[in-house]
Amino acid sequence: MRYRFEVVVSLRPGLLDPQGKAIESALPAMGWTNVSEVRVGKHITLSVEADSLEEARAQVEEIARRLLSNPVIEDHRILRAEEVPGPDAAEPGRGAA
Amino acid sequence: MGRRPRVGVVTFPGSLDDRDALRAVRLLGGEGVPLWHAERDLRGVDAVILPGGFSYGDYLRTGAIARFAPVMEEVRRFAEAGGPVLGICNGFQILCEAGLLPGALARNASLRFVCRWVHVRVESTATPLTAELLPGEVLEVPVKHGEGRFLAGPEDLARIEGEGLVVFRYCGPGGELGEAWNPNGSAGHIAGVRNEAGNVVGLMPHPEHAVDPDLGPTGGQPLLASLLARALARV
Repeated sequence: MRYRFEVVVSLRPGLLDPQGKAIESALPAMGWTNVSEVRVGKHITLSVEADSLEEARAQVEEIARRLLSNPVIEDHRILRAEEVPGPDAAEPGRGAA
Repeated sequence: MGRRPRVGVVTFPGSLDDRDALRAVRLLGGEGVPLWHAERDLRGVDAVILPGGFSYGDYLRTGAIARFAPVMEEVRRFAEAGGPVLGICNGFQILCEAGLLPGALARNASLRFVCRWVHVRVESTATPLTAELLPGEVLEVPVKHGEGRFLAGPEDLARIEGEGLVVFRYCGPGGELGEAWNPNGSAGHIAGVRNEAGNVVGLMPHPEHAVDPDLGPTGGQPLLASLLARALARV
């Protein structure tokens, strides 16, 4: 089975996020003065071949902890996990995307 | 005088300062030994330098990919056996990512790349890089980085300070601390740290660019000279 994941990595709360601050400081120029707490993170998508969603999720958790994020300063969260057509599902008439 | 200390300098894809590090080692009387990221061989060196640069294009996070390079398994083994390991700039970032040093390096608070001469104050002499210096000594060395803001969670930071793991702080010419002297917004003005054992040390400034009087200040000389002396003393 093939499973598709979306992972979000963000700077831990309380740590200064200068990119978020820079974005926030540009918003008044658009006329918005009611926006605060802008934080910037990373959005990562990946597909995993595995026998079950649980197995795939455990693997993605490890990848997120050891590579996608630096736990010293970042948190990670799996936003979405879903089964998608795998390579063996690519017979004619299917998966034309 | 005995044999010359052999200092390995690792080249990763995207390393920039490997040549300068090798040259600085030679200039101070050591033998520079080029090491390759894809090889599991440290060629019997007495000390290892992870140089500055942009390994793997700084993709994902600085140092995040390089720390999985084959040579890093050997560097870890060498470090765990007490071998002197120095990470400069990107090398510091790699050592933090590998968990061989505490903390992490994040985007400069200014969001700007900084390239200038700074002063650092020696805070700990319990490392091969600073063993021959005095606490409080001030050195002039250059920085050039976009991601050099030293960060750690509040508990980690308290531990780093409490256990005396801070090796260098950014300071003024007289050793004074202040935001004006902090080029990147680092917590506690921290420019470099060590591990508990003291044999692994990392810093954002570049001692290897400050060894030749023809090219400017020479604040890197006493540091690398100390590393060379201690690398041999250990054998």
